[in-house]
Amino acid sequence: MAASCWPASGFYREKKRNCSARTAIFDGGMMKNKEGEVANRPDNTAFTQQRLPAWQPMLSAGIVIPGFLVIGLVFIGIGVALFLGSQSIQVLESDYTGLNSNTPCYECSDASKKNCTCSIEFTLTKQFDGPVFLYYGLSNFFQNHRKYGVSRDYYQLSGDTAYFKNPSDSCSPYIYDSGVPIVPCGAAANSMFNDSFRLYQLVGGTKKPVPLDGKGISWWTDYNIVFRNPPLVNGSLAAAFNGTAKPVNWAKPAYELDTSDPSNNGFMNEDFLVWMRRAALPDFRKLYRRITQGDYAAGLPVGNYSLEISYNYPVIGFGGRKKIVLSNVSWMGGKNMFLGVAYLVIGSLCIVMSLVMLIVYAKYKFPEGDS
Amino acid sequence: PSVSFLSTSWSSRDEKRVDSRTIYVGHRQCPGTEAFIAPKFCDNRIVSSKYTVWNFLPKNLFEQFRRIANFYFLIIFLVQVIVDTPTSPVTSGLPLFFVITVTAIKQGYEDWLRHKADKEVNKYLVTVLEDGRRIRKESERIKVGDVVEVVEDETFPCDLILLQSSRDDDTCFVTTASLDGESNHKTHYTVPDTEKDLESLTATIECEQPQPDLYKYVSARHTLYSMSIVKWSLGPENLLLKGATLKNTKKIYGVAVYTGMETKMALNYQGKSQKRSAVEKSINAFLLVYLCILLSKALVCTTLKYVWQSRDGQDEPWYNQKTQKEKDAYKFLKMFTDFLSFMVLFNFIIPVSMYVTVEMQKFLGSFFITWDKDFFDPEIQEGALVNTSDLNEELGQVEYVFTDKTGTLTQNNMEFIECCIDGFQYKNRDSCSELDSFCVTDGPVSKLHEKAGREELFLRALCLCHTVQVKEAGDMETVSEDQIDGLLPPTEQQKECLFLDLYELLHVLNFDPVRRRMSVIVRSKAGETLLFCKGADSSIFPRVRSEEVDRIRVHVERNATEGYRTLCVAYKQLCTEEYVEVDAKLREARLALQDREEKLMAVYNQVETGMSLIGATAVEDRLQEEAAETMEALQEAGIKVWVLTGDKMETAKSTCYACRLFQRGTELLELTVRTLEDGGRKREERLHELLLEYHKKAVQDAPPAKLGVRSWVTASQEYGFIIDGATLSLVLNSSPEASSTRYKSLFLQICQNCTAVLCCRMAPLQKAQIVKMVKNSKGSPITLSIGDGANDVSMILEAHVGIGIKGKEGRQAVRNSDYAIPKLKHLKKLLLAHGHLYYVRIAHLVQYFFYKNLCFILPQFLYQFFCGYSQQPLYDAAYLTMYNICFTSMPILAYSLLEQHIAIESLMDTNATLRWGPFLYWTTLGIFHGLLFFFGVRCLFSNPALQDNGQVFGNWSYGTIVFTVLVFTVTLKLALDTRHWTWINHLVIWGSLAFYVFFSFFWGGIIWPFLQQQRLYFVFANMLSSVSAWLVIILLILLSLLPEILVLVLRKPRGPHRRQVRKAHNHVVPFCL
Repeated sequence: MAASCWPASGFYREKKRNCSARTAIFDGGMMKNKEGEVANRPDNTAFTQQRLPAWQPMLSAGIVIPGFLVIGLVFIGIGVALFLGSQSIQVLESDYTGLNSNTPCYECSDASKKNCTCSIEFTLTKQFDGPVFLYYGLSNFFQNHRKYGVSRDYYQLSGDTAYFKNPSDSCSPYIYDSGVPIVPCGAAANSMFNDSFRLYQLVGGTKKPVPLDGKGISWWTDYNIVFRNPPLVNGSLAAAFNGTAKPVNWAKPAYELDTSDPSNNGFMNEDFLVWMRRAALPDFRKLYRRITQGDYAAGLPVGNYSLEISYNYPVIGFGGRKKIVLSNVSWMGGKNMFLGVAYLVIGSLCIVMSLVMLIVYAKYKFPEGDS
Repeated sequence: PSVSFLSTSWSSRDEKRVDSRTIYVGHRQCPGTEAFIAPKFCDNRIVSSKYTVWNFLPKNLFEQFRRIANFYFLIIFLVQVIVDTPTSPVTSGLPLFFVITVTAIKQGYEDWLRHKADKEVNKYLVTVLEDGRRIRKESERIKVGDVVEVVEDETFPCDLILLQSSRDDDTCFVTTASLDGESNHKTHYTVPDTEKDLESLTATIECEQPQPDLYKYVSARHTLYSMSIVKWSLGPENLLLKGATLKNTKKIYGVAVYTGMETKMALNYQGKSQKRSAVEKSINAFLLVYLCILLSKALVCTTLKYVWQSRDGQDEPWYNQKTQKEKDAYKFLKMFTDFLSFMVLFNFIIPVSMYVTVEMQKFLGSFFITWDKDFFDPEIQEGALVNTSDLNEELGQVEYVFTDKTGTLTQNNMEFIECCIDGFQYKNRDSCSELDSFCVTDGPVSKLHEKAGREELFLRALCLCHTVQVKEAGDMETVSEDQIDGLLPPTEQQKECLFLDLYELLHVLNFDPVRRRMSVIVRSKAGETLLFCKGADSSIFPRVRSEEVDRIRVHVERNATEGYRTLCVAYKQLCTEEYVEVDAKLREARLALQDREEKLMAVYNQVETGMSLIGATAVEDRLQEEAAETMEALQEAGIKVWVLTGDKMETAKSTCYACRLFQRGTELLELTVRTLEDGGRKREERLHELLLEYHKKAVQDAPPAKLGVRSWVTASQEYGFIIDGATLSLVLNSSPEASSTRYKSLFLQICQNCTAVLCCRMAPLQKAQIVKMVKNSKGSPITLSIGDGANDVSMILEAHVGIGIKGKEGRQAVRNSDYAIPKLKHLKKLLLAHGHLYYVRIAHLVQYFFYKNLCFILPQFLYQFFCGYSQQPLYDAAYLTMYNICFTSMPILAYSLLEQHIAIESLMDTNATLRWGPFLYWTTLGIFHGLLFFFGVRCLFSNPALQDNGQVFGNWSYGTIVFTVLVFTVTLKLALDTRHWTWINHLVIWGSLAFYVFFSFFWGGIIWPFLQQQRLYFVFANMLSSVSAWLVIILLILLSLLPEILVLVLRKPRGPHRRQVRKAHNHVVPFCL
């Protein structure tokens, strides 16, 4: 029974050794861990110990009160500038939908009438500073409708003739006109605004035309990079459009949009480009012409004017309105009182708050232990 | 040597086969038995990897899509593919793909590592004895029944039954460090009487089917066929586990019994069930709210769309005709697809990237815990260990801490204080400086020699009744199985020579925590058979003659009140007949294949009766370093500390006093067996009465709670509650009537109003029971259990957060814990600094994510009112996709890793909570910002001519302006919240903004060949050329942040002083969440 017996002798001695062995373990352990220590002991770096030097900003009253004051003053300054800038902008706006019988375009609003023209007459009692911009505006027109927005073929519009034969499906239902592919296809192109305007100054009974400049009304990138005409075939743009149909609602095909100026024709027609940039909201305006030339480069002088409209675009069917806007712009763009007012309000709010804080601070000195 | 011969009827073997297996050693068939049926066992291949090259993709994808979030995004993606939706499938497909890929790569890499490790193990060459030859074989080719040779310092390739050892005494030494972290050497024994010639050994082993318990019996049986059938019972001491390492033994031979995936190590591989953090639960609740918002948004839009379309001229204006397909579609189908489209459009409100960010934050964040050098303990050369990174923030929410006493509050480092023999007290005055070795003192203890008889008996008992193993000389590493050898009083050393060869050990009745005692049966040279028993007083006193108890009890109780551990020693003389009977019973019980434990226990209990008490020892268990400070800090932080111990009440109580859990002024409410028996009435009645009385005292008369958890701090009277195991079980399951639930709630209410609760005399399962009870009580508080021993495992697993102390009682607690720390004192920093920080961080992270996605999607929702409910996206697809991935994800991740809203040193409080209040605040903020962004730009666009050349902006410019304001605002909002700006914060915050600007230029600056539409071409650059756009962006950012700045300023300034910090804390933290 050797195995089950207690160790026979030398218990005391053994026990003693046991003790020293324990210390030996400890030493041995230390020794064993000499190299292991590097791996075991956590790195004492600022990052691992979460002691990275840190900036702890304190928004104390001493910073915030003057800060608010400065922000307030700056805002009021900007606000005043915006407000005055916006005030100085002259705007002349007229709805020519012709819903009421006493409006000049009442007759034209009848959809059955073709090639109808009407004219709006107005008098300027004050010089309209140039450059003057002519905008047309539509309301309740959902250019930002998703289906409408995707209903175009970008490859067509970048002049890729491969897509002239097979327009993208996204153009549906404006892809084919009785089997012939439509170029440019899609709802966006199809619904292009086609009213045109002519402005005359009435000088002693004669109508003196005001030259309207159609250049530079669209984004530079749209005109120069994104939209491209198809390569000319035999020097003719029309030939490049062979085998395609014009959008159903268009009076003339794309290559006849501006026959007078080849650089403004086809997909590079700036009116087309302006139209194709979708408006953000259902009530929008788009730039039509600029008045920059001739006698009117400095603006429209005092006098009587007549705006001749060739009325083609139907809006009453969907409850829309059309308007024409004459406006000049400041450094901040068109007239918009919102920014100026907002800046003034926020600026004064900041100043009021800084004053309130100052009073609170002076009175209570933000005593400790009190919120 | 005597060989016991047992004739077991063979007929019963077949029935047993179901739950046992028969192994033929060396595949040698037993002569004369039934035909050799080669049993099928699995091979020795360890497969810890989850995937193979072939099934990786489908299996991994399947597992990933089982997560509800991924599944949701997959559905969104599929809807986008199938239905004509506003955004291309890429917008949700790309982030999903990103998330899935990153996770798959991570899991794939981990699996590759496992494959590598498996291969290393499986291809390891081992020596197998086959037909008398030693053959080198790959480990994976070992079959059950093979005889395997293992040399020193090799790990066992499978579970082996030790057949032969090179050591003379037929033992071998094994360390199981890689299995359970216990680095001490354990002795294993060969099968007794195995023939020395393994070639000719013919034997079968019948053992139970594989089961995972490492420590419990293998209950195996070894049948030797040589000339006669000999049966031996085998226990865990014969089994060498795969993964353990052979030590101090040149070589051994063993027969493989469990191989491959059936080894105990492999069976233990299955991870424990995952604990889910409470934050995850509240995230899910918030998600539900946002899902409702999403659904209602989609519903509102769908309804309004059809209402709007029914008006004249709105549906199908001449410029926007419908396609034939649309006209043909059923109205309800159209409605449904519209609903789905809106869902897709708004789905970004539920951020896919939040899950990734939260997971990354947790994963990376846990490194800061492992890296913390404050957790490094030079003694064990180890720092903290993080087993689960999911619970970082849970540490900061802990309301209840359940702590073990021995080894956790105390060092579990025993020091002899005194002993008492028959009522006489002997003290060891010279306290020993060396903790572990024994001092020989002749002074006070020398008296012992004067009294022969009882004293000698006492010392004999102590000397004999243990399981110390003495190692061979010259070996540096000692091997000891006895964790409590400190219990041996110093004096014994003088006499041990006297005893050692006088006795022959007959039986050891092992120690276990339920019996709380152990015994040995020895035979002296003189031929008398003696049983010596030592154990806790509660387990010894009922088993000895009662007249002896009283004189010892005085001492034991006095020692206990002083906080010492006491141990009583008793003995009993067995006459020959008695011994024969006991011996037979013990052997029978040991040979039992089933329920061996229970049977053994019954025999033990039967034997250990009628003993006579000799004396008691008192041993001091010192408090852990800074135990008191830690407990105090926890209590100050509003955490309630419960001590759950198996110790007796007096000892535990004094420890509690020492730890300052009970203060001088604390009124103790006692609910123990003693108080119950006071009145002399029925226990139940008395229990009822006491519970009501205490309830009145602690709950009803207490001043009304002011701040919830905090209320007790201000209470004038502090209460401590003491309950013991017996009473607890009375409370918990007294009777099936309704009263038991009432007792339970009364008990809980009392406990919740006490500063500290002490539960003594607890069985391990009772500990878990208490934790469970508190966990499930009203308000479901977060619980934490901390312990170091195997008896704490159940409570560690039960609590929300389980913490193991890398203590002396092995590594079981550490293996089962979520976090392991070397010392109790580290708990303070873990909870109050790391836990608190992570809680604040993750709360901010989650709420910020919801906020930023709400104000991201709200303008998109509002835009529907202006675009005819046509699901027109406001932002470009690139922005939709990149918003959460690139533009706004890094700053919040950096914030959630680095933020220290208060310096670590001064973190004292944990009252921050992720509750509905702050959630509402963030949601409101998100709505406010969303409205502001959209309508601010809307006002600006009342005249879209925003450039000084009179040109107008379109819808993409609108969206880009809103998006720019959005990105800047949410990033700057985070910047405002950041109170700890390290260079990383600076880098990611300003870097993200710069990246956004850079990306926008880049995205809009090139005609992308793979894109059909170049709708964002130069939109950003054009926007920047407009002064109005600049001004509105600045205005809106400032306006959005103005309330934040005001709140920041009006909030009380925080000084550097501790007290101020604490005060400020109460106010600040709930606010910033």
